[in-house]
Amino acid sequence: MSESVYDGATGTFVSPQAREAAEAEPLLEIADLRVEFRTRDGVANVLNGVSYRVSVGETLAVLGESGSGKSVTAQAVMGILDTPPAFVTGGEVRFHGENLLAADADRRMAVRGDGIAMIFQDALSALNPVFTVGFQIEEQLRVRRGMTRADARKRAVELLDLVRIPGAARRIREYPHQFSGGMRQRAMIAMSLALDPEVLIADEPTTALDVTVQAQIMDLLAEIQRERDMGLILITHDLGVVADVADRIAVMYAGRIVEEADVYSLFRSPGHPYTAALLESLPRLDLKGQELRTIKGLPPSLTDIPPGCPFHPRCAMAADVCATTVPEFRHLGDGRASACHFAGEMQSRG
Amino acid sequence: MGRYILRRFLQLIPVFFGTTFIIYTLVWAIPTDPFAGKCGQRPCPASYIEVMRAKFNLGDPLIVQYFKYLGRLLTGDFGETFAGLSVGKLISTAYPVTVRLALIAVLIEAVIGIGAGVLTGLRNKGFLDNLVLVSTLFLISLPVFVTGFVLQIVLGVQWHLISPTVSRAATFGELIVPGFVLGSLSMAYVARLTRTSIAENRHADFVRTAIAKGQPTKRVVGIHLLRNSVIPVLTLLGTDLGALMGGAIVTEGVFNINGIGGQIFRGIQDKEGVLVTGIVTLLVLVYLLASLLVDLLYAVLDPRIRYD
Ligand SMILES: Nc1ncnc2c1ncn2[C@@H]1O[C@H](COP(=O)(O)OP(=O)(O)OP(=O)(O)O)[C@@H](O)[C@H]1O
Ligand code: SF4
Ligand SMILES: [Mg+2]
Repeated sequence: MSESVYDGATGTFVSPQAREAAEAEPLLEIADLRVEFRTRDGVANVLNGVSYRVSVGETLAVLGESGSGKSVTAQAVMGILDTPPAFVTGGEVRFHGENLLAADADRRMAVRGDGIAMIFQDALSALNPVFTVGFQIEEQLRVRRGMTRADARKRAVELLDLVRIPGAARRIREYPHQFSGGMRQRAMIAMSLALDPEVLIADEPTTALDVTVQAQIMDLLAEIQRERDMGLILITHDLGVVADVADRIAVMYAGRIVEEADVYSLFRSPGHPYTAALLESLPRLDLKGQELRTIKGLPPSLTDIPPGCPFHPRCAMAADVCATTVPEFRHLGDGRASACHFAGEMQSRG
Repeated sequence: MGRYILRRFLQLIPVFFGTTFIIYTLVWAIPTDPFAGKCGQRPCPASYIEVMRAKFNLGDPLIVQYFKYLGRLLTGDFGETFAGLSVGKLISTAYPVTVRLALIAVLIEAVIGIGAGVLTGLRNKGFLDNLVLVSTLFLISLPVFVTGFVLQIVLGVQWHLISPTVSRAATFGELIVPGFVLGSLSMAYVARLTRTSIAENRHADFVRTAIAKGQPTKRVVGIHLLRNSVIPVLTLLGTDLGALMGGAIVTEGVFNINGIGGQIFRGIQDKEGVLVTGIVTLLVLVYLLASLLVDLLYAVLDPRIRYD
């Protein structure tokens, strides 16, 4: 009995073993998600079977070039896609095993902010310019938790303190435009934490900030994630930014996950040529002075994805089979997976 | 902010002198004889005209007349008409009626215009959208007196829902249909502006954030979206209040309302410079104050705007 741990989610005491089992079960799981955009220029296949999962206390980085569908995936999870033009055509988004895509509007609303919260890249445009920062945080507490104004204000100040905004009690009355970029992003993080979400999706939370502030925000997110045992999904196109904080990395290309691995294995021996190319394009201290290698070619047009492996026009390892057969997303053991015909060879080489 | 308001009030002073002077001289530039028809069928006797000219300083050069008028005006005396009626009293009976009419018109504009604009702005093209577009186009292209006469005849004469003319008391209830007529043109513009503004902001990042926070749709639209979209609309409504009061003359004519429209009309006909100047100057001041109010409201609604 002494070993039992109080489980806040169910309000019961559970044994460590049961707790471990519960943790292994993914908190949020996306399975074979497909989204298309129906526009005047035709149908763009933006997501072509995206699958990833995040468990309690885990940080998953979703990495990919611009346009690979990272944000669209997150928006589909939150249920904030603009329909039209976006249509979910297949797959599931399971939160605690419940398929959110099949849930009704009320249920989805209830999950937002409370079960799964999201922060956006550009806090200046993502926060409402005509309401104070305090109002926008308190609104969550008042409307979703039924708190009184006074209680909500108190809690909101605590949240701003938590994300280390100096002079929180005073600044809570200010408007987003009166905050600096970094402070604004902190305020948005505070807002996303208002309802104690189990999963936090951060869509390029530091891209709009300068480098020193980037690191601070990233550290803050990592710290909050650890303290609250949240599942954290960090979306980024910059591998360098997330390498320190992520447990696992999912690499996205043309609306698919092409590789998934824990950070160490991924750096040591990438299981997909695209990942390898991304690693080579990272600035490295030991190769200082040399020109950075970039991936040649452009990502495919999503209205006209090439047959076979979508990466084959740019792939250095491409063989004939790559142009005709779509590589399956295969598990390689050790929780790794890759969508490349030659993933095995790559592994044995590394 | 305080300095800004002060500056705006100081700006009212030259505008006050400018408009009073222009209106005063314009009225006298109208080539009619103020004493034509004042004495029944016959021309007025010379002795009467002599007395009147002396009483109203009509022998003085125009500029001297103006300054004498201005001097009295600054002590709060609006002067008298040729018939000896106090202009101050005429204004105090006519103005409240027109103010009420204009306020009702603005209110109707706001409620119907914003309502229709929000409903259509939230939807993509469809039946409702077309309905509003066509009916606003209809309202925009119809002259006010046509809308006025049609409603008067249909609602008042045929269906007996309203009295076709408004009584002296000009109560709120009586002014609803005339207010609708007066506001109909701007209502169409309000609906279209709201629609555009809502459609623009609908996909804004902050609206997406509000949805992602799990705020109920009612709040996302009614608070986050509306508050941002309504700012340009309020500017339109505020400036319209002044314009509606000056433009009420046709509506007042159709429904026989004793507002300032009729007074201005008679004043111009009879060359009552003092009466016309008094009423129009007040109109200009109302207009300026309304636009000052709009600017201040703007700063309240959009905290990014600072006037200092
Ligand atoms: N509203 C839209 N209409 C049409 N196409 C869209 C729309 N939103 C996104 N897309 C398409 O979906 C694709 C994926 O977009 P997404 O925003 O998910 O990319 P991303 O991986 O987040 O890129 P970035 O790093 O630039 O944020 C893009 O190619 C884009 O053209
Ligand atoms: S399947 Fe072929 S083309 Fe695609 S990544 Fe692997 S080697 Fe390259
Ligand atoms: Mg993105």
